[in-house]
Amino acid sequence: MTVTDLVPYEDALATYDPVMGLEVHVELGTATKMFCGCATTLGAEPNSQTCPTCLGLPGSLPVVNATGVESAVKIGLALNCTIADWCRFARKNYFYPDMPKNFQTSQYDEPIAFDGYLDVQLEDGEVFRVHIERAHMEEDTGKSTHIGGATGRIHGARHSLLDYNRAGIPLIEIVTKPIEGAGERAPEVAKAYVAELRELIRALGVSEARMEMGQMRCDVNLSLRPHGTEKFGTRSETKNVNSLRSVERAARFEIQRHAAVLSSGGTIIQETRHFHEEDGSTTSGRVKEEAEDYRYFPEPDLVPVAPSREWVEELRAGLPELPRVRRNRLREEWGVSEHDMQSILNAGAVDLIVATVEAGADSAAARKWWMGELARRANEDGVELSALPITPEQVARVTALVADGSLNDKLARQAIEGVLAGEGDPDTVVEKRGLKVVSDEGALGTAVDEAIAANAAIADKIRGGKVAAAGALVGAVMKATRGQADAARVRELILERLAAKE
Amino acid sequence: MPGITREEVAHLARLARLELKDEELDHFAGQLDDIIGAVARVSEVADQDVPPTSHPLPLTNVMRPDEVRPSLTPEQALSGAPAQEQQRFKVPQILGEE
Amino acid sequence: MSANKEATAMADLIKLTAAEIAAKIASGELTAVEVTEAHLARIEAVDEKVHAFLHVDREGALAQARAVDEKRARGEELGPLAGVPLALKDIFTTEGMPTTVGSKILEGWIPPYDATLTKKLKAADVVILGKTNMDEFAMGSSTENSAYGPTGNPWDLTKIPGGSGGGSSAALASFQAPLAIGTDTGGSIRQPAAVTGTVGVKPTYGGVSRYGMVAFSSSLDQGGPCARTVLDAALLHEAIAGHDPLDSTSIDAPVPPVVEAARNGSVEGMRVGVVKQFRGEGYQAGVIQRFDESVALLKELGAEIVELDCPSFDLALAAYYLIAPSECSSNLARFDAMRYGLRVGDDSTKSAEEVTALTREAGFGPEVKRRIMLGTYALSSGYYDAYYGSAQKVRTLITRDFEKAFEQVDVIVSPTTPTTAFPIGERADDPMAMYLADVCTLPINLAGNAAMSLPCGLAPEDGLPVGLQIVAPAMKDDRLYKVGAAVEAAFTEKWGHHLLEEAPAL
Ligand SMILES: [Mg+2]
Ligand SMILES: [Zn+2]
Repeated sequence: MTVTDLVPYEDALATYDPVMGLEVHVELGTATKMFCGCATTLGAEPNSQTCPTCLGLPGSLPVVNATGVESAVKIGLALNCTIADWCRFARKNYFYPDMPKNFQTSQYDEPIAFDGYLDVQLEDGEVFRVHIERAHMEEDTGKSTHIGGATGRIHGARHSLLDYNRAGIPLIEIVTKPIEGAGERAPEVAKAYVAELRELIRALGVSEARMEMGQMRCDVNLSLRPHGTEKFGTRSETKNVNSLRSVERAARFEIQRHAAVLSSGGTIIQETRHFHEEDGSTTSGRVKEEAEDYRYFPEPDLVPVAPSREWVEELRAGLPELPRVRRNRLREEWGVSEHDMQSILNAGAVDLIVATVEAGADSAAARKWWMGELARRANEDGVELSALPITPEQVARVTALVADGSLNDKLARQAIEGVLAGEGDPDTVVEKRGLKVVSDEGALGTAVDEAIAANAAIADKIRGGKVAAAGALVGAVMKATRGQADAARVRELILERLAAKE
Repeated sequence: MPGITREEVAHLARLARLELKDEELDHFAGQLDDIIGAVARVSEVADQDVPPTSHPLPLTNVMRPDEVRPSLTPEQALSGAPAQEQQRFKVPQILGEE
Repeated sequence: MSANKEATAMADLIKLTAAEIAAKIASGELTAVEVTEAHLARIEAVDEKVHAFLHVDREGALAQARAVDEKRARGEELGPLAGVPLALKDIFTTEGMPTTVGSKILEGWIPPYDATLTKKLKAADVVILGKTNMDEFAMGSSTENSAYGPTGNPWDLTKIPGGSGGGSSAALASFQAPLAIGTDTGGSIRQPAAVTGTVGVKPTYGGVSRYGMVAFSSSLDQGGPCARTVLDAALLHEAIAGHDPLDSTSIDAPVPPVVEAARNGSVEGMRVGVVKQFRGEGYQAGVIQRFDESVALLKELGAEIVELDCPSFDLALAAYYLIAPSECSSNLARFDAMRYGLRVGDDSTKSAEEVTALTREAGFGPEVKRRIMLGTYALSSGYYDAYYGSAQKVRTLITRDFEKAFEQVDVIVSPTTPTTAFPIGERADDPMAMYLADVCTLPINLAGNAAMSLPCGLAPEDGLPVGLQIVAPAMKDDRLYKVGAAVEAAFTEKWGHHLLEEAPAL
């Protein structure tokens, strides 16, 4: 890997204006593949979810998955696209061993959805409109593992092993129009766009869009042009960027790299580039010496797709509330600032809080737990918030126990800890760990009396009017009850017994 | 009238993944030139305002429900494989994109 | 029975029609095993000379035959073709039986699945004798392009049996099977039928499932029946046709009543079109003579003859030789040495890319390479509009010519092919001359119509069979059989026997 020259980000932006194009591939969450009835279950044995069609065996033929088309139309509508009233699949011809037919069944000049936009909100609350060129249907490839190379990479590999379980899984490719005018915020726009798109895809219920699982992947096309010029510069294509953070970093890196090349009088070559998570850099992939000649032509094995207007309108009417609209509504309902809402969003806590509120919790309490204790735990364990072994219902139950005085904050935290440790639901944990606040006046009174007897000097001070000294006795009682007493009530009892007045 | 050169034939062979021998390049250059010369007549209609026909049938919207059908067993899937390893197709080293 | 008598009995048996065989099995006069054994014996006796089969499945065929006999013994009702032997073109996948498509690249490949057509044949209790020879990937009009050597025409073994389905037509004409399956992309069922004196039908595109039929040109390919009589073809047509949810281009409508039509042949009151573009330069005199006699016969039988002008047909050959190669260049990309079939040059230093290119170079024959190259060219950027795009426009014009024609007539007739069978080797390295063999048949594939070829006599100059082509509009396949049956009956009466009776003994 050669060290790449970079210019400082601010310097790059002082001279150049970035133009981006983002291509996002989303694997749909259908039960079967795009053109055959094979299951799409993750983690299946190699080559156990394949058939003549997705293996490209001689004689096999494709048949379109109706749900795949429906998902594509939903995505198109949510992206404010026009839905084609007639479109076709096309074959994109090129050889690659992970592609069984050596052509990808895709769409070319007749995408199912085109000319739309997605409004994305930046950190400072500004809304940036990203224009959508098209969204089209296609299929995924198989998975290759390279054996014999030092790092499992292609280079140095002696042979490769192919598993076609993923071959043929439906993909929707969403392509933006050139994103201009973002300036220094281009990387942020890229990240916000992908984040918004991911929320949207999830809200539509067409895919879980988990980037870490490769269910959503982004290609970042970037070019620079000197300020004040119209013509786009030569672009680089950074392929398969797999996290929101990486999308931002890749764009930033490429801006700095392009600027370095251009400023030193060099020229950018049109090429694909690979992104490296470790250091946020990109390195050269395949140089496109000649324009790729995919020899597209209409797929003769499939007939055209002609979504009826009635059906499209039916789908439009059934679209869920879109994420940005919903977020604004929730922000108002919860009464939080833009900034706090952004943090909730970044933590992936929106749906968890909504579900917790739906399970009966107060929104402030739900936020407090998810954004506090639980966010801390998720962070420690390095997992997504939603991956913690606790449900919104369980969190709601804990808040209910606090609200009715059965638990105090400290005990509630222990109850949550117990749930996370797999000890059962909150009531079971409270039961097993004996976490109930000691509210039995008799038991509490005894504990108070014992504390007074054991700390005669302090008791005297309180009797003498030094009410502030009561804290020490409260502490003693709490210690004796292993924290299971309601501290406020303990204080009351102490002052009562010593007839002290505050 | 097209004149297909040896270089063009070599380029087509690369696109089509055919390791043509030298004599084949020459032979095909001549034959393709003849055939293209004979079929180029179709472009007589290029300017006509006629919609292209890609499918002989006027069918649309042929789809299947999203329901799982039985797959082949991995043994069946791999039954024709020239080589296999770990229940996967074993192929020579792949160059190019990762 | 003496050996002589037995031989006579076998000779009689293999000359029976499929309808007769099925009736005799159903009545118990013959067993399916007897019938199968007779045909296997015939194959053994003559196929060394003819080379119609690439693979004979003796055990499988006998097992199927036994199952039919057992079914009958149990008193179960038998289908109209139960126990009838059939020769299957080696382009349909057969689970557990080799499928080569006449190519080295698939030598030894045993598919893990049955084509829909194979399934339907099995469900109809048809006995599959084996797989027949063909031009590699169905590209050709002579079966000389088979990687496994040519097939001879039973009328004259030095002549071609037509192609690509020369194995199927030769099997019928040499009485190795009463039924066969072909596929027709530009004429590969009809042209072999014409030059061997047999009957072949290209059903309406979408009438017979393509699932499991190795693709050559997806928008043109169509499987169909081959037989020695019109009724046999109809019975087979009915068995293999119908909607298939695994083929998106399959027509979801009832199969036209082909058997009923074949049993009720008549042209009385029908309007029959004769297209002026289907004659002229390149047509053999004897072919034109027999065709003109056929038209006269139709008139005699009560048809009205209408002259038709279909100007775009002159561009059909050019359009076909752009569309078919384009689609094939893509369809055949899957033969890359990764998942099945031949692998050449894998010495653990070469890349997958190199191994793919070496394998395709070694595994494909010259005609296949020629068409892949031609199709790659026609689809490549800068040429697409002029070639592939224009060819598709021509396709529209041809379809319109047919539509206009069928406003005036019920069926169209023409010679099936401009010449009788030519000598093996004559056109082998002259692709343009070879392509002319399909000049009358391929406009039908471009439009997706139905068409049949049936014998209409021998050309006086060479004594070889001439085919009459009948063309019907899409999904009116029954008209082919209605007209074909009438013509067949009239000719048989005129000749006093089936034309194949005049073929020399092998
Ligand atoms: Mg794509
Ligand atoms: Zn599959």
